[in-house]
Amino acid sequence: MGGAVAGIAPRSPHAGTMVDRHQGQTEMTGFFTLLYKELLRFSKVFFQTIFAPVVTALLYLLVFASAFKARPDILPGVPFVAFLVPGLMMMSMIQNAFANSSSSLIQSKIAGNLIFILLSPLSAGEFFLAFVAASVVRALCVAVGIYVAAVFFVALPVHHPLYLALFAILGSAALGALGVIAGVWAERFDQLAGFQNFVVVPLSFLSGVFYSLRDLPPFWRMMSRFNPLLYMIDGFRYGFFGQSDVSPPLSLAIVAAFCALVSGLAMALVGRGYRLRN
Amino acid sequence: MSDPDKGPAIEVAGVHKHFGRVHAVRGVDLAVRQGEFFGLLGPNGAGKSTLINILAGLTHPDQGRAAICGYDVIANYRKARRALGVVPQEVVFDPFFTVREVLAIQAGYFGLKGPDNKAWREELLAALMLTDKGDANMRTLSGGMKRRVLIAQALVHRPRVVILDEPTAGVDVELRASLWVFIRRLHAEGHTIVLTTHYLEEAEALCERIAIMQGGGIAALDTKEAMLRRARSKTLRVTIAGPAAVIPPQLALKLRKRTDTTLEFALQQGSDSIPEVLDALRAAGHVVTDITTEQANLEEVFLELTHRRISPPDGLSPDPALPAA
Repeated sequence: MGGAVAGIAPRSPHAGTMVDRHQGQTEMTGFFTLLYKELLRFSKVFFQTIFAPVVTALLYLLVFASAFKARPDILPGVPFVAFLVPGLMMMSMIQNAFANSSSSLIQSKIAGNLIFILLSPLSAGEFFLAFVAASVVRALCVAVGIYVAAVFFVALPVHHPLYLALFAILGSAALGALGVIAGVWAERFDQLAGFQNFVVVPLSFLSGVFYSLRDLPPFWRMMSRFNPLLYMIDGFRYGFFGQSDVSPPLSLAIVAAFCALVSGLAMALVGRGYRLRN
Repeated sequence: MSDPDKGPAIEVAGVHKHFGRVHAVRGVDLAVRQGEFFGLLGPNGAGKSTLINILAGLTHPDQGRAAICGYDVIANYRKARRALGVVPQEVVFDPFFTVREVLAIQAGYFGLKGPDNKAWREELLAALMLTDKGDANMRTLSGGMKRRVLIAQALVHRPRVVILDEPTAGVDVELRASLWVFIRRLHAEGHTIVLTTHYLEEAEALCERIAIMQGGGIAALDTKEAMLRRARSKTLRVTIAGPAAVIPPQLALKLRKRTDTTLEFALQQGSDSIPEVLDALRAAGHVVTDITTEQANLEEVFLELTHRRISPPDGLSPDPALPAA
């Protein structure tokens, strides 16, 4: 070791380095590097992170479409199979956005390699945003995969692309932020599984993926209104069909407020170094 | 703020840290000079790793301040972390990536990219004999190779100060020697090095100044030479003609080891004299054919300062049943 290589002399931390000449640019480089690393991480296990959720959603579609073939349309003029697709897309986005940030964090914590990020000059905001942005990208990849597969079987016109994009991005960002909270909080895989199985999955299943709010009894209709994921799915479906149970601007406001709330909480935890820095 | 080029490389002032009821670091004050090779020693649980974690920003102190090259590790954490490279004690790695990806990502966290940094990363791989493993996944590397990647990761942003937390723990003799060469080279090229190790001969061979931590505080802080002078005993090994059947009573307590023809005594510096020992042996009828002496090493100083005793291997303990003249 220590062969004939150029000197490894240290640089002054304050003089003449690229770091200091272009402080802002390089700080963005740190953020983009963490984002790139997170994208690279899930793309290396593409089969598990993208392909499998797409197949799962298509299986749901197949089973429900077959079982409820004779069911009358839920939204006027929208076949039941078509009604299901946006809900399945949003549910998959929700679950995968959560899984991406939470599983990356818990794996890094347990394997100990989170130290490489914690030793770096990245700020809490850059840390948080990179994990959330990667979650959004994964969620969108899954959604596009489901859409591309589904259009072979059912017509899916897009009536309001802006709403579609806003609900997709805000919804997956909110769940990515929730994943950051869960990943930071959990110290064992079973704690994270508990969070996922007892919070995220029930909320996503009980959010109108397979039914309309109008089909529910009054009590459950009222209870469902406390589920923020309902507004994500209802608003996202509005983007496709131009019809919804809740006013789209109201849904958008609720989803944005939920996203801001969980983001604020996640930022507070990361900023304090909760279970990251003793 | 002091000039980063002139002030201490590491400055710790009045740092306390509790974990629940455990007072892990108790009011530590410490300054490591620029370019120094500094040893941080202490038994397990002495507070070394907590102190290092505080310097690295991984642990926040309850009280006091720490700075790297004059940059406060909390208030000015970006600059402090850019000036610091830490080789962690545990061999940790990200199983998703190759060695080159790991280094590129680590450099990117520090805002470094482009051909200059890429060339630098290749230099590091060459210096650490990892070039041919650059495209291998981290999972496939041996423990020693993973440890070398950890060193490369710590150096990828050319920090002025490098903390090596037990870099040679659990590595084979050959790798250990090559790591010593590499670490010496880092020091020769201007890096401030802080080394923690359980191999005290390693600290003795490499470090210029040594701090020994005990119970969360600094038990001793001095140059290596001054530290060695603190040792209270040195070893006198005497070879005699014929079996040592009788040991003079005044030497019995000093006897540390005996075989048929050799006797090993632990002499207290300042109070015991070699001629007196030899005279006592001759008076007991022994013919001394050879003598060797051995100065105290850091291990003895360490054990004295930390009030610890090691269980010596068989035959090394003073034998109270030795026959006296």
